[in-house]
Amino acid sequence: GNERRKGASRAEEGESQTRPERIDRGRRKRTRSHQDTKGSEGDEEVQPKIQSGRAAKTRKHTKNEKTRKKEEEEKAEKGEGKERHGKRKKTSASKKEREEVGGKHTMKEKAQEVKRKNIIQQMNCIHNSLSSEELEKLKEAVDERKKLIQALRGKPWPIKKKCVILRESQEFVEKYEGALGKGKGRKLYAYKVLMSKALMGRPYGTIPRKTVPRAEATSAMDFAVLWDFGVSCIITLTLTTSCFLQWPFHATFRKMCFQGYAQYSVLFYGYYNNQRAVGWLKFRMPLSYFLVGVGTVAYSYMVVIRTMARNANESGVGDDNSFNFNWRMFTSWDYLIGNPETADNKFASITTSFKEAILEEQESQKDDNIHLTRFLRVLANFLVLCCLAGSGYLIYFVVRRSQKFALDGLENHTWWERNEVNMVMSLLGMFCPMLFDVISALENYHPRVALQWQLGRIFALFLGNLYTFIIALMDEINLKREEENIIKFNITVWEASLFNGTVSVNSTAPPVTIEPADVPRGPCWETMVGQEFVRLIISDTMTTYITLLIGDFLRAVLVRFLNYCWCWDLEAGFPSYSEFDVSGNVLGLIFNQGMIWMGAFYAPCLPALNVLRLHVSMYLQCWAVMCCNVPQERVFKASGSNNFYMAMLLVILFLSTLPAIYTIVTIPPSFDCGPFSGKQRMFDVIQETLESDFPAWFGKVFSYASNPGLVLPFMLLMVLAIYYLQSTSKSYKEANMELKKKLQTVVQNMFPPLVQQSCFNVYF
Amino acid sequence: MGTTASQLGKDLLSEYQELTFLTKQEILLAYKRFSELLSKDEKYVLNERVPMDRILTLPELKSNPFRKRICYVLSTSDSTNGSLTFEDFLDLLTAFSDSATMEIKSHYAFCIFDFDDDGTLDCGDLEKLVNCLTGETDETKLTAEEMRQLISNILEESDIDKDGTVNLSEFQHVISRSPDFVRVHVY
Repeated sequence: GNERRKGASRAEEGESQTRPERIDRGRRKRTRSHQDTKGSEGDEEVQPKIQSGRAAKTRKHTKNEKTRKKEEEEKAEKGEGKERHGKRKKTSASKKEREEVGGKHTMKEKAQEVKRKNIIQQMNCIHNSLSSEELEKLKEAVDERKKLIQALRGKPWPIKKKCVILRESQEFVEKYEGALGKGKGRKLYAYKVLMSKALMGRPYGTIPRKTVPRAEATSAMDFAVLWDFGVSCIITLTLTTSCFLQWPFHATFRKMCFQGYAQYSVLFYGYYNNQRAVGWLKFRMPLSYFLVGVGTVAYSYMVVIRTMARNANESGVGDDNSFNFNWRMFTSWDYLIGNPETADNKFASITTSFKEAILEEQESQKDDNIHLTRFLRVLANFLVLCCLAGSGYLIYFVVRRSQKFALDGLENHTWWERNEVNMVMSLLGMFCPMLFDVISALENYHPRVALQWQLGRIFALFLGNLYTFIIALMDEINLKREEENIIKFNITVWEASLFNGTVSVNSTAPPVTIEPADVPRGPCWETMVGQEFVRLIISDTMTTYITLLIGDFLRAVLVRFLNYCWCWDLEAGFPSYSEFDVSGNVLGLIFNQGMIWMGAFYAPCLPALNVLRLHVSMYLQCWAVMCCNVPQERVFKASGSNNFYMAMLLVILFLSTLPAIYTIVTIPPSFDCGPFSGKQRMFDVIQETLESDFPAWFGKVFSYASNPGLVLPFMLLMVLAIYYLQSTSKSYKEANMELKKKLQTVVQNMFPPLVQQSCFNVYF
Repeated sequence: MGTTASQLGKDLLSEYQELTFLTKQEILLAYKRFSELLSKDEKYVLNERVPMDRILTLPELKSNPFRKRICYVLSTSDSTNGSLTFEDFLDLLTAFSDSATMEIKSHYAFCIFDFDDDGTLDCGDLEKLVNCLTGETDETKLTAEEMRQLISNILEESDIDKDGTVNLSEFQHVISRSPDFVRVHVY
């Protein structure tokens, strides 16, 4: 600290010099002679050191050059130390006082310079060895200088000042570090300088990572898209690698007409063979299918939870609302704005946010008519529940109807009737949120709270719809399984008839070759499930795009062109341009991901399809935003951190994988299609693998480990651990709050005013 | 402009790089932009000062409500006319750079917001600050009552020692907890 202050005062005096001198010093390497001829004040403090250094250099030929340098430096240090002492006694840090002190020092320095010259001359014949203590001091001085050099970048001083200090300190360090370390230090220093220049010229160890300032909510969507995209990519990759590994070994399948072709492609579950080991790699296909399915779910969990933990760590005080007004004032301006129109928008939004904050503060202090608000809120919730129940029933009804249509044969019905279910689900997803928005006007919540309620309701709507859909799907699965039984029965009859027809009494007749394609195929319920999900995703995508085109683009076109011939101002009044709704879009992404998770086990290429869809969505929405949207008037983040959406994602992950897990565990797979065909349950594949591929003792160990007697106590232990961790974390939070309060009271009771460094000192 | 690199000496360039948070390319680009502001005969005088009104023609500063304060704070001229040399310009860029530390940014922000340069943000400073942020038009200005309320709320939140002003440490305390200042590291 002393070094810096000294350096600072020196530089400040340097600043008072005339410009050309400074430029000269800056331009050329400071030559000793040039310094010598200067008699001006500012150099006084600089000179002694340089002179002593110069004197030292001229004595290179003498034997005790090193020791003499040390001693003389040490004397200089001692002299400086006294100066520093003197300075430390002065408590004020104001600039003017420092200047006065500096002025006095120049007089002192002149005297000291003379003193030093004498000392140096005396030392010429003195043969002293420095004690280790003095060596230590010298080392410390050098280290301090080095630290100063590294810290220079972070100092809020003008570059001129920093330049002077930098050069000085570098010289000092180079000279004395080399002397200290018998030249090794010098080499090390040079190496460090070289490395730092190589590594983008920064002092090593201080390379800043490419940081992205926490962006506003508007880019949360981009972030979510990218994140989603990344997860989808990884899931796709895993699934596609497992697909391609068995590509050459696929079972024969009959290429039916185009309409049904996709049914037999790698897209769906039914494509996969149930051969246990495929090809020369002995690739365990069924096992891999199962493990990949389970693995992607596990990976998704891991990623989501890790992101949540990281978010929670970083923005530990993110949900803190304690500096609401201050943040609005100090951090609301966006310094990247260069367009005057945007600046005007920003001014307007800042004003609105100030006014709202003030209003809020005022209203929170009065609470009148709480009964009316409570009643209204209960009413609103009731209405919302009715809505949700209504939509659930509608979907169920529609699914039932479509089952009836399927029984009649799909060709007899119109396009709408065939795709009724998906259309209804998509339309509900589009119109119900608007309804919720209207209802929430009754509630009179703070906008952020209202946003959270809205998101929660949309979430419930989506879940309700999806689960109704799944229940309806279950009914269909049961239907298919009954059909399967019938077909199985028919097959045995058919085979028996084949044999009866051709085989004579003689049993050595050649076996009848049965063309695989002619065998009546069982209905593959898994493929049907996969197909349904793919259709759902596609219809969802289509709905989104059409809403975008009509709701955003067409509306913008109408508003722009009809405005000329309309009675009221369309742009400011009723329709106006649509706002870019960040939270709605993020929610859409989350739901999309939920559907993928649900369907991925039965339609393995669904993630790949989704990656494609996300690509297209991104470009389309990017264009739509630039072309037809206006920014939201009030930007309220749903929460301070990103964890709100991550938490939703986690819940959706859990709820989406539940149906798949249920079907894996309870429903027996189809008898003739898919990698698990013929087995009692899908997870039997694991049992098989353990029995055949692993040594016997492994199977035993596994069976012991999966004994309920062992598993239940383990689960109990985990529950206890969770409880313990939660109570510890609560106690930490409380301790935190206590410390905060204590800090406040302590500071309030301290002597006013605290001595602060102010910018006034630095610049004037 | 192939001669820019030679106009800015190598030693000087590496020195600037060590002292600021800018990379060499950024410094060269800054030099190019700065020399565009100089008139022909000024171009060859070293460390020439560019007057404030020319600096304010830069598109990045034109719409900024604090543009004048920025120039005043960063200028090292003896007269307080807000003129900048190239080194001052680099100071400006480094303060706004992505890699600058929170300390530097908060220090300069504090100086910029301190309209009367007395080392603290008192009511007058805060009022001027709010007026800057809400635009100069009468429609967007806050009423006197709202202003009073706003300033009292601000002081209530951030003034720890209750002296009626916000000093540098209080300012830094507030800013360091702002979610906008918490950086998302991209690994």
